[in-house]
Amino acid sequence: MAYMIEGETGPWEIVVGLEVHAQVISNAKLFSGAATAFGADPNSQVSFVDAAFPGMLPVINEMCVEQAVRTGLGLKAKINLESVFARKNYFYADLPQGYQISQYEKPLVGEGQVIVDLPDGRSTVVGIERLHVEQDAGKSMHDQHPTKSCIDLNRSGIALMEIVSKPDIRSPDEAGAYLRKLRSILRYLGTCDGNMEEGSMRADVNVSVRKSGESYRTRCEIKNVNSVRFVMQSIEIEAKRQIEVYESGGSVDQETRLFDPGKGETRSMRSKEHAHDYRYFPDPDLLPLKLKPDYVARIKDTLPELPDEKKDRFVRDYGLSPYDAGVLVVDRASADFFESVAKGRDSKLAANWVMGDFFGALNSTGKTIETSPVSAAQLGELIDLISDGTLSGRLAKDVFALMVETSKAPSVLVEEKGLKQVTDTGAIEAVIDQVMAANADKVTEYRSGKDKLFGFFVGQVMKASQGKANPGMVNDLLKSKLAG
Amino acid sequence: MSDLTHLTIADAEKGLDRGDFTSVELTKAHLAAMAKHKDLNAYITETPDQALAMAEQSDKRRAGKQAGLLEGIPLAIKDLFCTEGVQTTAGSHILEGFKPPYESTVTANLWKQGAVMLGKVNLDEFAMGSSNMTSYYGAVKNPWKRSGDAKDLVPGGSSGGSAAAVSACIAMGATGTDTGGSIRQPAAFCGIVGIKPTYGRCSRFGIVAFASSLDQAGPMTRTVKDAAIMLKAMAGHDPKDSTSTPGPTPDFTKAVGQSIKGLRVGVPKEYKPDGLSSEIMAAWDKGLAWLKEAGAEVVEVSLPHTKYALATYYIVAPAEASSNLARYDGVRFGLRVPGNSLDEMYMKTRAEGFGREVRRRILIGTYVLSAGYYDAYYAKAQKLRTLIAGDFKQAFQKADVLLTPTAPTPAFAIGENLDDPITMYLNDVFTIPTSLAGLPGLSLPAGLSSDGLPLGLQLIGRPFDEEAVFKAAAVMEQAAMFKRWEAC
Repeated sequence: MAYMIEGETGPWEIVVGLEVHAQVISNAKLFSGAATAFGADPNSQVSFVDAAFPGMLPVINEMCVEQAVRTGLGLKAKINLESVFARKNYFYADLPQGYQISQYEKPLVGEGQVIVDLPDGRSTVVGIERLHVEQDAGKSMHDQHPTKSCIDLNRSGIALMEIVSKPDIRSPDEAGAYLRKLRSILRYLGTCDGNMEEGSMRADVNVSVRKSGESYRTRCEIKNVNSVRFVMQSIEIEAKRQIEVYESGGSVDQETRLFDPGKGETRSMRSKEHAHDYRYFPDPDLLPLKLKPDYVARIKDTLPELPDEKKDRFVRDYGLSPYDAGVLVVDRASADFFESVAKGRDSKLAANWVMGDFFGALNSTGKTIETSPVSAAQLGELIDLISDGTLSGRLAKDVFALMVETSKAPSVLVEEKGLKQVTDTGAIEAVIDQVMAANADKVTEYRSGKDKLFGFFVGQVMKASQGKANPGMVNDLLKSKLAG
Repeated sequence: MSDLTHLTIADAEKGLDRGDFTSVELTKAHLAAMAKHKDLNAYITETPDQALAMAEQSDKRRAGKQAGLLEGIPLAIKDLFCTEGVQTTAGSHILEGFKPPYESTVTANLWKQGAVMLGKVNLDEFAMGSSNMTSYYGAVKNPWKRSGDAKDLVPGGSSGGSAAAVSACIAMGATGTDTGGSIRQPAAFCGIVGIKPTYGRCSRFGIVAFASSLDQAGPMTRTVKDAAIMLKAMAGHDPKDSTSTPGPTPDFTKAVGQSIKGLRVGVPKEYKPDGLSSEIMAAWDKGLAWLKEAGAEVVEVSLPHTKYALATYYIVAPAEASSNLARYDGVRFGLRVPGNSLDEMYMKTRAEGFGREVRRRILIGTYVLSAGYYDAYYAKAQKLRTLIAGDFKQAFQKADVLLTPTAPTPAFAIGENLDDPITMYLNDVFTIPTSLAGLPGLSLPAGLSSDGLPLGLQLIGRPFDEEAVFKAAAVMEQAAMFKRWEAC
């Protein structure tokens, strides 16, 4: 079902395009040798180039170019063998050069696509318009001094990829799924850490609304939204605002807006009349960026298996459902974890354990795969203990809980706690005899036709064996004993 | 040797080598001459202590047989080159007091070759001008005067301080920069040699930018050979400038003194506008005659897009400048005039910090890049630039070098031509096309006007063929027998 917002005049469709700014993983900045680590002391990672001192010149960092090409390839996009850096001119205190070196008419990467899996199980394709490389600005801090603003230039000059989607997104869910998928791809590629809280991934959200069948109406751009949730919220809020404007007879102005999550509203930053005229022109300090086809081919050869391919393989090779496979491949660490657990074992059982108890434990303990108390080898061993009958499903859950607590191997815990499943016929029969003796009346009732009591006996036997008796054997033995 | 300051760099090197004098003595002689010629206002910042310290070090290196190409030679540095710890103003109020914590590549190269810095010389503000009248630090006087006329003349610009200093023998050579003629026109006005090498020959790192796609550093000296020596020291690939050209730098001095037999000298027919003075025409003809006499062949060539060059330049250069000068905003260095808001601080700082000509060019540049005008101006100018470069390429099928006048007039008086920027801009009509095409252009003194002022001729070469230019220039220099000490 297409997502629609119901207005007074009927349903409205929303049209969304996202411009994602993704910070390139690189030790040095785009045009200088200064470091890029997050959280350093203000102005401790600034070269004279970043601070735009007189006579300083930019020199392209090859690593950043390689990362952007890698990203383009990961987005199945066209790599432009010649691209041009251009200056985007505007004045601001945290923009030392008075211009941002970006790409305008000739970006490094052209059209591509991202396959997006939606929560309802559908998949959709969001087109990529372009990806270009540009410098980040510094950071203005207005809360450090009563009358002055402070500038931190650590971020100034850090390489960003601006990834522009086509206006293919039709719901907040699609926008959220697109962002998550894009982040997943970037993380697989190792080109951006996708960390929205630290600002290494931010989105500008272009929103318009229209009646079904119409061409595009005027869009507004919501700047610098810094979480997936806020992107989704801001789209809905902005779309509703535009619908209200139209339905009250007004018109929507093309403008830049700011999302205020606290107030749950978007508000105008600057209108078209006050829009910057960026006076783009090719940066004369830099030559056009020319790449050789074999350079691109060499990067392509080193691309890792990406989420879509991995998902297909998981479905094909492990017999997982597309949904399960999709969940497992969201990040490379969980996919790798699953694969080590599943290797040589029942893959469905492995998937259930990884996605069920294991992810549950990570969630409740606030750990990640990297810091997980249970290793893939340990979880694999646990599954082996289930498969060879050492542990029942129920016991296995108890053992797993202990594994999370202690980080000990399951075999050790089974030994220590004596949790081994009882499979000795004699021992089980003894327990059954005990239970039958203590419940002679129930035995009589059962034998006179009250079959439903069978469950009661199973329960009693399991309880008496402290859950250790093999349930299958309990079933069989009980049946024959009760039959008399 | 009557005066050490009258020596050429080549002769001074010999004298130093023979032990006739030391670099310290040579430097002291220059410092004394500088004191005598203060009225020229050639220097913005003199660095006598540094000069003597560098000279002492140089004498030690020479004693240790480790002499560089310019070992012990006192030079003046255009105040557009950043010099570590020494004020670098670009001729502007906005950079008054700015001491860069780094050294430009070109000056670093000079010091590596043993040169001694006498100080930083005056220039038009941000190298924008043809008279040195736009400097915040005052006009520079041309050491030359019209015969029988005491009126002070301009040294040309923007490298006016450099030209005046070399001409007046208060530096053995000077660095200049040339964007549309800023080395060649002042060289012509002051009767010295100046070469703007091929774009990419010298690193722009550490040179305050005016128009990045045109700016190029070059030497200004009293002889062709000195220019060749100095350029060799300045040039070379620099990984810190993406537009600097990789590859080795030739030994330009080897070209000096070579035969020009069979060299084809092109004369662009479009460089004879109506009203070009007969004196300039005569000097040009004389120059051609010298070359022919030495065995060169003179051919007519055509540069059909010449008439668009000035307009093209005055779009491209201001456009780049408007962006390059955005960094002078009062935030991190240089002048700051406080305001009640960020915008007000910007406006006050830039209004007070920049002079009229700089403000004019920022406005022009901002205009031609604005939305709706970009295609009509900047995009069109870029296309013309390609056509102009194509003209030269065609011409160099028929010729090996071109000979033209450097400027349409000799030096004019201080205060003249100021009211009308267009007249001022016309001064660069012969030098600008070369800049747009990125070609090497050398100006050398070819004689004197009827009222006794130097007249310059320009030799233009193929890209990275400075050697042909030096070869022809050396022949002409010998024939011209220009009295280069006249103004010392």
